[in-house]
Amino acid sequence: MEDILLIDAVERFLNGEMSPEEKIYFEDLRKNNPELDQAVVEQSIFLQNLGKYSKQRNFQQALQNVEGKLVKEGFISRDTPEPGKVVFLWQKYKKTIAVAACIAGVVSIFMSSLVGSVKTTKNEAGLTPLVVKLNEKVDAQVAKTKNLEGKVRDLETATPVAVKQRLESKFRATGFMIDAGNNYLITNAHVANEAKNHLIVENNNGEQFTAKVVYLNPENDIAIIKIIDPNFKKLGPLPYNFRKNDANLGEQIFVLGFPKQEIVYTEGYISAKNGYQMDTSFCQLVTQANVGNSGSPVINKNGEIVGVISSRETNDAGVVFAVKSVNIFRAADNVSKKDKKENIKISGSNKLRGLSRENQITKMSDYVFMIKGN
Amino acid sequence: MDKTEKEKALLAGLAQNDTGSIEIIYREHFQMVKQMVVSNNGSADDASDLFQEAMIVLYEKAGTVDFELNCQLKTFIYSICKRLWLKRLKKQGRFVYIDHMEDTVLVEEETEEHEKSQADFSLMEDALKKLGEPCKSLIEAYYIQKKQMQEIATDFGYTNADNAKTQKYKCLVRLKKLFFAQYKNT
Repeated sequence: MEDILLIDAVERFLNGEMSPEEKIYFEDLRKNNPELDQAVVEQSIFLQNLGKYSKQRNFQQALQNVEGKLVKEGFISRDTPEPGKVVFLWQKYKKTIAVAACIAGVVSIFMSSLVGSVKTTKNEAGLTPLVVKLNEKVDAQVAKTKNLEGKVRDLETATPVAVKQRLESKFRATGFMIDAGNNYLITNAHVANEAKNHLIVENNNGEQFTAKVVYLNPENDIAIIKIIDPNFKKLGPLPYNFRKNDANLGEQIFVLGFPKQEIVYTEGYISAKNGYQMDTSFCQLVTQANVGNSGSPVINKNGEIVGVISSRETNDAGVVFAVKSVNIFRAADNVSKKDKKENIKISGSNKLRGLSRENQITKMSDYVFMIKGN
Repeated sequence: MDKTEKEKALLAGLAQNDTGSIEIIYREHFQMVKQMVVSNNGSADDASDLFQEAMIVLYEKAGTVDFELNCQLKTFIYSICKRLWLKRLKKQGRFVYIDHMEDTVLVEEETEEHEKSQADFSLMEDALKKLGEPCKSLIEAYYIQKKQMQEIATDFGYTNADNAKTQKYKCLVRLKKLFFAQYKNT
């Protein structure tokens, strides 16, 4: 009961409801009694919080009313039926477990909207595809400086490059050549799917070339694309070849990709033979893969392609999943079977074996491209 | 009224929970936010949630005495939404760059303040939930719906206002304990 009397007094004091005499008496008491003083401070913090809380609750009520009205009118559309008012806000503002749960839920929604049909039968909540969404303005600037470097070089070799309109891209990922004679590249299906209107490949010098999708397999997250740009000059034969069987557990690998607007090298090892939820089309690596690494080649020390980076575990950035290289052969076969005009010859003769890593990278990097589009 | 005056009036309305003002702001700016969210991996639901959150930020600002909007309302709302949306995406481990579809202003301070106040908000919400009934309703009736003690006594079936008041204090003591148990941990 004493607590209650105290609260009553403090509340009346804070609300200015005390008579002048009572107030003087109370303030005097407060000065000489640290406990009372503490109670006043606490109570005032508490009432402030409660006050703010109640104001916001009332405001949210008003917001809900307006939103409800606008939803009825069709001005605002909600995909899902509106949850109970209070529940909705709990989900949103709960700090700890509820937030985690809520986010997990959102991630899975996201995944399906981003990855599209990638393994729709599976729960994708734990996977993050590694395509980067772009602010092309920043990128264009970097590319411009790169173009400039290129132009200086071009002047020296006296082969001017036609100045082309640069495409405003909405995403960036990686892809690499699998048939240099016919300009076929491999990347992820979730990457190719991002290109709703235009698809381009861009080399490490910032030169862009138009491409088209010739094959999509969301099951294995693989896509084959072809450079159809007349300005693209054919590259020499592939310096690497492709592994037809699984990579070995513990095998050292490296990755070349475009997590930023220039080619980036990372190292790692094969940590499991199968992918997320024991998906046999994939293998698991421990390496650094960032957004933009989707479609990057995974190469072993002998210069064999063992996989194509696809995604990473959402909660563990070091755990990366790559499509096994055997799927590249399967994809190429399927294309040739379906369409006689598209004839993919995966014929790399390995020129990387025994080279130093620096030389391996130099030889390879012309064959790895940024995949962009909008 | 010129535009600035109009927006001032809208904010004043907002601070007073005026549904008319809220509706005008929705009608004028919601589509812009929706477009940003939907074209950046969000759903229509996400857009609605985000807009509500931005409205709360705006409400918090509008309620402070010295608040002056020194840019267009549109720019402010867009900036807040963009910032909050980026944060949300980042939390999910997704690094996304949103194109500048509209002008933006720096809103770091606002969003940080907002986060702090939302943390306090959820503490209170948690404490109230743990408090249980009838205390929760009793506290809400008095502090949120601002009902008179006599009315509360009738609603809750207490014999008189004094009895209701005693009950309210008892509940308040418990709520305070629940609240501060968490508050001091943060």
